[in-house]
Amino acid sequence: MKRKIKEIIIKNIFLFIALVSIFILGLIVVFLFLEGLPIFKVVSFKDFIFGLEWYPTYDPPSFGIWALIVGSFIVTFFASVIAIPLGVLSAVYIAEIAPPFIKEIFKPVIELLAGLPSVVLGFFGMAVLAPWLQETFDIPTGLNIVNASLVLALMAVPTIASISEDALYSVPQEFKEASYALGATRFETIAKVIVPAALSGISTAVILGMARAIGETMVVLMVAGGAAAIPESIFDSVRPMPASIAAEMGEAPFRSEHYHALFATGIVLFFLTFCFNLIADYVSHKFKEVGSATL
Amino acid sequence: MKRIMNILLIAVICLAFAGLGTASAGETIVVKGSTTVLPVAQAAAEAYMKSHSGVNISISGGGSGNGIKALVDKSTDIANSSRFIKDKEIEMAMAKGIYPVPHRVAIDAIVPIVHPSNKVSDLTIELLSLIYQGKIRNWKEVGGPDLQIVVVSRDTSSGTYEVWEEKILNKAKVTPRAQLQASNGAVVQAVSKNKYAIGYIGFGYLNKSVKPVKVNGVTASVETALSGVYPVARPLFMFTDGWPVGIVSSFLNYVVSREGQDIVKKEGFIPLF
Repeated sequence: MKRKIKEIIIKNIFLFIALVSIFILGLIVVFLFLEGLPIFKVVSFKDFIFGLEWYPTYDPPSFGIWALIVGSFIVTFFASVIAIPLGVLSAVYIAEIAPPFIKEIFKPVIELLAGLPSVVLGFFGMAVLAPWLQETFDIPTGLNIVNASLVLALMAVPTIASISEDALYSVPQEFKEASYALGATRFETIAKVIVPAALSGISTAVILGMARAIGETMVVLMVAGGAAAIPESIFDSVRPMPASIAAEMGEAPFRSEHYHALFATGIVLFFLTFCFNLIADYVSHKFKEVGSATL
Repeated sequence: MKRIMNILLIAVICLAFAGLGTASAGETIVVKGSTTVLPVAQAAAEAYMKSHSGVNISISGGGSGNGIKALVDKSTDIANSSRFIKDKEIEMAMAKGIYPVPHRVAIDAIVPIVHPSNKVSDLTIELLSLIYQGKIRNWKEVGGPDLQIVVVSRDTSSGTYEVWEEKILNKAKVTPRAQLQASNGAVVQAVSKNKYAIGYIGFGYLNKSVKPVKVNGVTASVETALSGVYPVARPLFMFTDGWPVGIVSSFLNYVVSREGQDIVKKEGFIPLF
């Protein structure tokens, strides 16, 4: 009897702890909306999202974040173009091709890369990559889309590689054996059996990697250049949403229109990462490889 | 069980002593706000604490807006600000029964800077304004090499930017193609590495890695800023709630004393006298 009571108490303690974290998260979301929504009394939703001018401190101010949204998407897109092949292919190598001792080294090293503070990567982009890009391509500024995409890709690769590797690793051994038994080569087995079987996990990895890139603040603040205009070339500077929020929030007068506009930008960002996570969740459930038959 | 009790007892005694410790350390002044004023406040606080043992001054940055916000929230005694308080902020403060009082502590001159290899060394306010509006896009139009101009600006809510907007742009809009940097240090870093770039920084952040540009033929210096000849200068403030009393008043008096103003000078700002 006493054991049973103990059991119930412990269960409830855990329930309480879980509820506390969910509750706090909920409060943060409520706060975000409370502080962000008042801006729509000043500008219409359409003008806020699609407005081309971001002059929050002028008189009269203009609060259009389209250039910031485009900036966010464009660096995320190019970062993905770089990071997806790198991440997925290194996962394939680690999971399927590498001999065990190399795997023992590579996997922790890639995971360690995920732990690099973003400000360190940002500084690298600013002090090393930017002057190099400027010299090499003879362009007016090294703080641009290419630089930001490269550094963001560097941040997304560990996420993508690590989760993809887990997905590849959990493909049942029988699939591989069956493929070999049918006379397939190693390459055919990897390309036509293992990767397709792990596709849901790999897609999840890619989407989470992209979510990480779109929400990243420090790197884009330091290396994207921060021009609030629609870019005309990949060597133009852009100002992704997180960079704008981080740079301006400190000086925006409390509860002013500018302050509310920055929170509203935060809401847009929240919805974007939320969508990425929803899609990741959907993909990982929808295309899950279920069951395998063995003798 | 007894061991746990003992540990608890020791913990309680430690806490009690810690409480005594802080109590005997005397009064505390909290200072928050502008990162421009921060180095001055920091150095002045260190010197003040040395001569007034028992006073503890805790200083943090966060920007002028956050400093005034903190003053309104009563979470700071002194709010550093690189601009004068805004009407909206005064309303907010009044609504909460706070009466912000400004104290001028130093003068900050904003200096346009270019890459050391740039031949341009003198620009008028009009030319600077046109460059920042994106209407002059090549250095050859202002007597420099045939290179595109990369405009480096500050985030539009920084105090430094506000001075630049007021004194140079005269309310015209900065080109959206301007690069944004979040601090004086970052502007120096960006301009020193880019021969196309022009930026502007507080006088205190000027160093050998960048070249200052004269404005209307006037070199930024302590003398020209103080005499008012240099056109891009602004006062720096510390705000208190009501007229300061006690320890806060004593600290502010120290900042505007001869000794305090020597610190201001040493930090690269321009002393009041």
